[in-house]
Amino acid sequence: MIEKNIKILINEKACKKCGLCIAFCPTKVYASEGGKPLIVNLSACTNCKLCELRCPDYAIIVGGEDIE
Amino acid sequence: MSKKIMLLQGNEACVEGALAAGMRFYAGYPITPSTEIAEISAEKLPKVGGKFIQMEDELASMGAVIGASLAGLKSMTATSGPGFSLKQENIGFACLTEVPCVVVNVQRGGPSTGLPTLPAQGDVMQTRWGTHGDHPIIVISPFSVREVYDMTIRAFNLSEKYRVPCILLMDEVVAHMRERVELPEKSSIDIINRKKIKPTILDYKPYMDYDGDCILPMANFGEGIPYHVTGLIHDISGSPSSDQKVTKTLLNRLMSKIYNNVADIIEYEKIYTEDAETVIVTFGTTARSVLRAVCLLRQEGLKIGLLRLKTIWPFAHMAIKELTQTPVKNLIVAEMNYGQLMETVKASAEGAFSVYGLNKYNGELITPQEVIDKVKEVAERA
Amino acid sequence: MRKELQKYFRNDKLPHIWCPGCGHGIITGAVIRAIDNLNLEQSKICIVSGIGCSSRAPGYMNFNTLHTTHGRALAFATGIKMANHDLKVIVLTGDGDCSAIGGNHFIHAARRNIDITTIVFNNSIYGMTSGQYSPMTPKGAFATTAPYGNIDRNFDLCKLGQSAGATYVARGTVYHVPQLIKLIEKALKHKGFSLIDVVDICPTYFGRRNKMGSPVIMMEKIREMSITAKTAAKLSPEELSGKIVIGEFCEEKAPEYTKEYNKIIKKAQGGNQNG
Ligand SMILES: Cc1ncc(C[n+]2csc(CCOP(=O)(O)OP(=O)(O)O)c2C)c(N)n1
Ligand code: SF4
Ligand code: SF4
Ligand code: SF4
Ligand SMILES: [Mg+2]
Repeated sequence: MIEKNIKILINEKACKKCGLCIAFCPTKVYASEGGKPLIVNLSACTNCKLCELRCPDYAIIVGGEDIE
Repeated sequence: MSKKIMLLQGNEACVEGALAAGMRFYAGYPITPSTEIAEISAEKLPKVGGKFIQMEDELASMGAVIGASLAGLKSMTATSGPGFSLKQENIGFACLTEVPCVVVNVQRGGPSTGLPTLPAQGDVMQTRWGTHGDHPIIVISPFSVREVYDMTIRAFNLSEKYRVPCILLMDEVVAHMRERVELPEKSSIDIINRKKIKPTILDYKPYMDYDGDCILPMANFGEGIPYHVTGLIHDISGSPSSDQKVTKTLLNRLMSKIYNNVADIIEYEKIYTEDAETVIVTFGTTARSVLRAVCLLRQEGLKIGLLRLKTIWPFAHMAIKELTQTPVKNLIVAEMNYGQLMETVKASAEGAFSVYGLNKYNGELITPQEVIDKVKEVAERA
Repeated sequence: MRKELQKYFRNDKLPHIWCPGCGHGIITGAVIRAIDNLNLEQSKICIVSGIGCSSRAPGYMNFNTLHTTHGRALAFATGIKMANHDLKVIVLTGDGDCSAIGGNHFIHAARRNIDITTIVFNNSIYGMTSGQYSPMTPKGAFATTAPYGNIDRNFDLCKLGQSAGATYVARGTVYHVPQLIKLIEKALKHKGFSLIDVVDICPTYFGRRNKMGSPVIMMEKIREMSITAKTAAKLSPEELSGKIVIGEFCEEKAPEYTKEYNKIIKKAQGGNQNG
């Protein structure tokens, strides 16, 4: 397996606590912390970016080298 | 180039004037008695590389005209009665967003479907207050075919200069009558184009009063400076705002750009007013009968004058004020409606004159004889 | 937000006005990503909307943007496209904006096959005016103006658009975002009138009234109800009831309106009116 170097950036100020990212991550990377996503299982992240695309408030960035 | 002498219909002269002014887009929906303007535009616009489209209704026509103007083309639509009612919401949009455009309203008898083929002047107040909310607007009204030509050019010029919709208020008679007219040479026509932004402006704020004259420079969509246009009250960046100060500042500027420039915008014609005891105030086609009556009455030795408003809105209060410096005692407001302009004349006169109405609203023109009879009736009363 | 996408937003206007979990932000994001994927020239894009929560989207997007009157976006857009056919014109509209007050403009723009991409933020409700039923509200659903349940039948916007003459028609959802982005890309590349009906969520008004509670539950519903156009083709009308059919419905080549008008200009200038 390729060594993964995935990062998830969450802009807490932009998050409106809708819960979509938490509910629909296929690999349950997030838990809810007062409605906001808390990264609890980063190693499970497949970098599918669904959470980023579904966040209505553009509060999430998922990636490897493509984010700094 | 030699001068062109032509036998023209009013509606034809409107299109000729529009083309001379630089019209390159027309959107409309057919309605009597304005339809020829659409038909002739459909034929002539593509010849000069311009564009014509028949939209699905008048709401759409007005929208398309505003869109095309934002994209940089001088744009016009023409309609009548019911269609003019339908355009109102989007006319208000153009007022608030300051998009230049020309709207021709060839008046017919109303209300509702009314008298489709007969003349009236019942839209005087609708041209001023047809769309909701306080707003600026310019309305001008021609009385001859040649004047239709000149005023259509003027409508484009005023609209471009002040970034405001300009309404050309015609009626069935001036639209359909034919007159022999001599059109001016192209080179003698003054053309005004919207104020462009200076290349030195880097951070363009579309609703910023850069020059302090309330008239804003305009970038056309597609010229490389993206910006936002909204029918919501907006700040100088074009973004929606419900701030009280922003609202007041914007509305004040919109009004000021018109009311600070009334000397430029308002035109009227006075005939025999210096020594007149009675002056007939009128506009549009009705002025033709009044002019004839005034000449006949003068031959009889009666001291009668004529004030013909070429600009209807903003109202020519200064013309009424000027009359207070003359022996004038009576004003008769002659119009093909129930007395719409008369109310404004009365308010403007502030009691300085007795104001009478000569009103007709049965689909017929006011005749010179009816004017003469009214003058004599007023003379007896006074 | 990703750095490379920032230039497409008016960042000083964010956060947007939309409620938590409102799908409008997801669709707006998908439109931006499709534009970025296609590398379209920003200053040549013009985004037009009507009135509604959804129609506020262009205010956040850094292009030539025009927020018009309720229902009239396509009329304004038609004027823009006619005036300057080099502009890529995109209309963002709500289900009410597009199919109720703007229904006439919608079918006529489709009929002309004018090169405009129309993206409908279809949340089955009038969100902005707080939850009245729209022509897209399903029969039986509740709204503030349908307190006993809606008896109106809803449109199938894709069928409506297609029969009116749209030459690219597809449906996506706010759940299936990667697919939605692909559909928008195809619509943007299409030469002619393209329509994407995006099944959207309004948790605040549709959700609450219809006891769906949260954005998450509404999204789950979309997931459950969605089937592909291919699968749908094999189902009976009964089996299809209550399903959201997603995917492409038509992609057709047909004369585009502004190109046709350019031919008119040539004809008129050649003086040969019949030729
Ligand atoms: C002429 C006119 N009629 C009514 C309204 C009030 N109004 C504003 S938005 C809206 C409905 C919007 O619904 P939709 O298009 O579905 O957008 P959403 O808010 O759901 O995104 C209505 C009825 C208006 N602004 N203008
Ligand atoms: S999807 Fe976005 S707004 Fe919603 S909870 Fe997650 S980070 Fe917050
Ligand atoms: S990128 Fe995919 S796997 Fe990773 S957190 Fe987001 S949704 Fe979960
Ligand atoms: S009311 Fe509905 S449509 Fe409007 S922002 Fe809120 S969730 Fe979105
Ligand atoms: Mg809606």
